[in-house]
Amino acid sequence: MTYNYAYFPGCSQVGSAEEYGLSTLTVCKKLGIELAELQDWNCCGASSAHMTDEFLSFALPARNLALARKTGLDLLVVCAACYSRMNAAKARINSDKGLCEEISEAIGANPLFEGRIRHLLDVIVNDIGVAEIKKHVKKDLSGIKAVPYYGCLLVRPREFCFCDSTENPTDLDRLISALGVEVRKWSYKTDCCGGSLSLSRNDIVQKLVNRIFEEAFKSGADLIVTACPMCQANLEMRQRPGKLRFKLVHHMPVVYFTEILGLAMELEGWREWLKAHLISPKPLLEKIDSGGVG
Amino acid sequence: MLTSVTRIEKEIEARTEEKARLCYQCKKCAAGCPVSFAMDLLPHEIMNCVCRGMDERVLTSSTIWLCAACETCSVRCPNGIDIAGVMDALRSISLERHYPPAEPHVTAFHRSFLAGIRGTGRTNEPVLIGIYKLLSRRLLDDIGLGAKMIAKGKIKPVPRFVKDRSVIRRIFKAAKTRVRT
Repeated sequence: MTYNYAYFPGCSQVGSAEEYGLSTLTVCKKLGIELAELQDWNCCGASSAHMTDEFLSFALPARNLALARKTGLDLLVVCAACYSRMNAAKARINSDKGLCEEISEAIGANPLFEGRIRHLLDVIVNDIGVAEIKKHVKKDLSGIKAVPYYGCLLVRPREFCFCDSTENPTDLDRLISALGVEVRKWSYKTDCCGGSLSLSRNDIVQKLVNRIFEEAFKSGADLIVTACPMCQANLEMRQRPGKLRFKLVHHMPVVYFTEILGLAMELEGWREWLKAHLISPKPLLEKIDSGGVG
Repeated sequence: MLTSVTRIEKEIEARTEEKARLCYQCKKCAAGCPVSFAMDLLPHEIMNCVCRGMDERVLTSSTIWLCAACETCSVRCPNGIDIAGVMDALRSISLERHYPPAEPHVTAFHRSFLAGIRGTGRTNEPVLIGIYKLLSRRLLDDIGLGAKMIAKGKIKPVPRFVKDRSVIRRIFKAAKTRVRT
């Protein structure tokens, strides 16, 4: 079965999270998910728009929704923040006629998008299914212990949550466990890492990030798997400075679910993706390569 | 049906359809808030101040800028108040009424983020970081980290642009000139 989607990569996936973008394209190709990238898409405005200017927070994603409307396809998004903002804009524009007209005038196009906005994790786990994914697995990852990290915007607000729970989701758990990875239990799956304050109040963010790592260590994991480029960047950037203030020395890699999928399916490029990480997953990979995982 | 009484309560309701008055001070929002340890007013105290018409106290609080918009409070509120949405409204109102922000670095970050989009249509890390360093005057922050990110290709030296930048300009112009109904 093939799946066709209009694709909104989002700024991170061609910038600081390029490995997420590349692994997404490779994994989708392998699984028969056909992606048509929106032509000349723009930034959704992310946190800064919705925190300071309501109109911008709807009008910026609206231009992308207008582009998606023309394709007649459902829209696929991989960034948790883009996913949240596109859904919020769609919900508001489709229910507020006045705002819809105002935005139409500004962008010179119709932003009414009737299709669905999907996150790649949702499509892989809930449409394709873990049973199908299992058939593609070539590399034995048993022995890797990982915790799934959902962060905020995959599960909140409730209206846009595709996971089975907002407090204890298991979608990502089921996926990585299908790859043979041992999923460790922890209570910080959906705790905020403070991504939006990462540059401006890194003192606060370090506390949040270090608590997440301490809990991941306590659970016995040696890897964090995520589906959000903001979380990934923030967790990598802010765990090192913590060395000076906290007893634990953190060197736990944080990878995207698409990267670990690519690794398990032995898709071309996975070594290159992992090289782009600030905290190298290399020691873990050496264990896999030598067959002595565990 | 509860009716909004104070000016700021009405303003929040007009923007978000949320009624702060529904809050019965159970403090569930404060208990689950990841950033509460750094806030000068806890989320339930914000709701209380809003209902008492303490505009200035709320709009000059550090809380509205430290809220990370994680929405944990919104999904847990027993009265279904979208507290994170109320925080969004309070930030906008605070800027529109020209209150000095209690967290100038946070507002500098948001201004930098939006200025970058206005110029290029996209978010480009070097543009965002460059403008932020100028606005916040924190030139030397994270220099080592920045160097490492450039070496790893996490910060791309050449920014990417949307081709149709006139439409991005029109969006920002409309946001600036629109009349709030």
